[in-house]
Amino acid sequence: MKRLLLAFICLSAVVQAQAPDRTRPPQSGPPPTLKLPGIQKRALSNRLPVWIVERHEVPVVHVNLVVLGGSGDDPQGKFGIANLTASLLTEGAGSRSALEIADAVDFLGADLETNSGSDSSAVRLNVPVARLGAALPIMADVALRPTFPQAELDRQKVQRLTSIIQARDDPSAIDQLAFARVVFGPTHRYGTAQAGSAQNISAFTVEDVRAFYRATYQPANSAIIVVGDVTPDRVMPLLETSFGKWQGGSASAQHPTYQAAPLPAERQIYIVDKPGAPQSQVRIGWVGVPRSTPDYFPITVMNTVLGGAFSSRLNLNLREKHGYTYGAQSQFDMRLNAGPVVATAGIQTDKTADALKEFFLELNGILQPVPADELTRAKHYVSLRYPLGFETTGDIAARLEQAVVYHLPDDYFSTYVQKIEAVTAAEVQRVAQKYIVPNKFAVVIAGDRAAIEPGIRALNLGPIKIMTVDDVFGPAPAVPR
Amino acid sequence: MKLATLLTSVALAAASSAIAQTAPTKIELPYTQFTLANGLTVILHEDHAVPLVSTNMWYHVGSAREKPGRTGFAHLFEHLMFMGSGHVKPGEFDDWLEGVGGTNNGSTENDRTNYWINVPSNAIELALFLESDRMGYLLDSATPKTVEAQRDVVKNERRQSYENRPYGQAELLLGELLYPEGHPYHWPVIGYMPDLTAASYEDVVEFFKKYYAPSNASLVVAGDINPATTRKLVEKWFGDIKPAPGPEPINVPGVALTGVTKKTVTDKVQLPRIYLAWLTPPHFAPGDAALDMVADALAGGKNSRLYKRLVYELQIAQDVQAYQASQQLSSYFLIQATARPGHTVDELKKVIDEEIAKLQTVTPDAHETERSINTIEASFFKRMEQVGGFGGKADQLNAYYTATGDPDYFNEDLSRYRAMSPSDVRAAAVKFLPLDRRVELTVMPEGAK
Repeated sequence: MKRLLLAFICLSAVVQAQAPDRTRPPQSGPPPTLKLPGIQKRALSNRLPVWIVERHEVPVVHVNLVVLGGSGDDPQGKFGIANLTASLLTEGAGSRSALEIADAVDFLGADLETNSGSDSSAVRLNVPVARLGAALPIMADVALRPTFPQAELDRQKVQRLTSIIQARDDPSAIDQLAFARVVFGPTHRYGTAQAGSAQNISAFTVEDVRAFYRATYQPANSAIIVVGDVTPDRVMPLLETSFGKWQGGSASAQHPTYQAAPLPAERQIYIVDKPGAPQSQVRIGWVGVPRSTPDYFPITVMNTVLGGAFSSRLNLNLREKHGYTYGAQSQFDMRLNAGPVVATAGIQTDKTADALKEFFLELNGILQPVPADELTRAKHYVSLRYPLGFETTGDIAARLEQAVVYHLPDDYFSTYVQKIEAVTAAEVQRVAQKYIVPNKFAVVIAGDRAAIEPGIRALNLGPIKIMTVDDVFGPAPAVPR
Repeated sequence: MKLATLLTSVALAAASSAIAQTAPTKIELPYTQFTLANGLTVILHEDHAVPLVSTNMWYHVGSAREKPGRTGFAHLFEHLMFMGSGHVKPGEFDDWLEGVGGTNNGSTENDRTNYWINVPSNAIELALFLESDRMGYLLDSATPKTVEAQRDVVKNERRQSYENRPYGQAELLLGELLYPEGHPYHWPVIGYMPDLTAASYEDVVEFFKKYYAPSNASLVVAGDINPATTRKLVEKWFGDIKPAPGPEPINVPGVALTGVTKKTVTDKVQLPRIYLAWLTPPHFAPGDAALDMVADALAGGKNSRLYKRLVYELQIAQDVQAYQASQQLSSYFLIQATARPGHTVDELKKVIDEEIAKLQTVTPDAHETERSINTIEASFFKRMEQVGGFGGKADQLNAYYTATGDPDYFNEDLSRYRAMSPSDVRAAAVKFLPLDRRVELTVMPEGAK
């Protein structure tokens, strides 16, 4: 029957002269190259750098003030202070209260977001360009003249402590923090949530916030990124008015460096019990690399083969072949200090042990040479879509922020594609063998212990340690009412 | 959704200078539209900002078309659309696209299923080939085995997105509480586990033949294209797909709540949460836009009425949200709030009801309404930047075409909000948010009294 049908299709193909040849996929022409948006580098009279990229398709603009200090700079005992400081910037500034700032910003149809990550903090304005002149002074107040009212600090504390209570209910959040705590420990900054522990949060004072602000938010430590429907001639005078008189002390001290824990002598399994959970949240990995690694490009290609794309090995195996999960991935989280490398998935509870077997099959498999066609596909996946990642003003602003924070070279964007394409199979194998260490990686699982422990034990992967939610988050916070 | 991830050349009638406030900026999206002989509607839109082409296919079928005992099937079917077709073996769809630097995904809602492919512009023909092959020849490749494989994936999607997520089960219950048994919005899009187990290969054949006809779909090709060349390519790849009768229009009687429906469930959470929901007019019907304004007045930003009282002043809630969920047959308006430790949903409900009553009796001041309009207007500009993917321009053109017959309905849509007055906002709250005709769903911590 199938043959008959095929013959019929062939016949109709003859009749319909236009029917296309579907026997092989159409070939694509030469790939388009990246037309890099020109970065116009200027500075204000106080030497604050300004990077401008013009994009005139839509009448909106991003203005991002990037400050080179983040939670990685939190002092010992004050984990969470960078994150709290950034949040409090919009809670009172200049002559305005928190509600007045929000009203003024919303009335302009603007978004004004403050945020801190591991390595930097930022005040980001996104506004219809017609209202840029009205929005910039508010942004400058928020960035340069925050008032840090005590009542707002108290509000933020309750908000944050309540968030921890909520995170303690969420298997995904539990596993993420449990993994960080196992790999980095309690004194390394990356072993505690960006917002800090309940103990940290409860102890913060306005003076803590002011001290972090003074040490970090300095013009010598900052840059402004502008992307959108503006010209330098139009935007520079506005920026000069709002930010040109910003003076401060010397640039901040060196960022703290953290000595990451060495690989353990043997593989350890950690289980956080979530009775009745229908899935096990699984994370497998250890300390990876800093953003400055010379292995950035080979690692990017290797991770794409392993778990960075839909057709990566982990996903094809755990999802498409076995149906154990909705999706499996791997990732290198690169920061100023070495961040984690992790393979992860949410696995249906009764397949947890089976899935661990497949995880380790793939983690061991990536140590072997990658076949040429698979390598080429991974390289093309990364390199050929790279030019598409400069589409929106937000995309471009985010990439420029990365360039500022990690001191990427001027030719970074223009040479990215060729550097990916130049990665060899030997380099991929070398970085896999260097950074993927299946027999020593930690395995951290949040799931139904009674249901999964026997199967995991039978795999003999290593000693099993049971963690409680308190081990992960510290004691449950008491929230002021 | 196939895999959860996370996301114009606008011709501007008014110059976007500092004085643009005087005349409202008009948003227009130039496009070309034509229909193939087999009934497929095609919409083309040029944007050369980056060398990207996005194909965006909407099939006008969603979970509302499912039959009893087969809930979740429209979404399971969506997964099968990535498993290969007559001339594409399982695995090759993603293999080939990733090999040219492409990405793709799809999603299912009550009323529609969408699929998009983003590729560098040199690979446009590969995207059209793949999209057309699964429209024309899916059944040459689908087998009971592919159904089996994706059934397990979809069950894990349900576990990950709902069952193992705090408060996830509440989302699954809302439809059941709002819509009567038999109404096409009564069951959740993700479906019930036993129905996912029961789905068969025969169901796939039937569903494909009934709903995946070219005349029941619309295709947008947007980005770095030449419209004339692209039209020829679309005709080449989609022209030979056989026409088939589309489904009869869906026809359901109007629905209304006649009283308060209360339900309390427990979950593995420590903080109680309340959901208040009302049945409201369909997308683009009178009242729909006003309810977006009501949502912004209630919970859009720190100065919104509910945020300010519950979270900022009284500090008895951790969060509050309100939105009008606009849908084709019937919309609903939802308010949800999570209690802080030591506080109860009754405390939250009391304040929420006070604020609704206040909005119903006192006309908002002009500043508040203008703030909402400005926020919504800015969101329209921001929606003009991305071509492909979920919520990109291609997706929006298809959404507007599907809902109104006009792909470039941006300006008409925005005009609905620009025309709003404070008394319109109040009137919508009066008419559509009666305190005595709604759903009250409470999630309580397990073991709590």
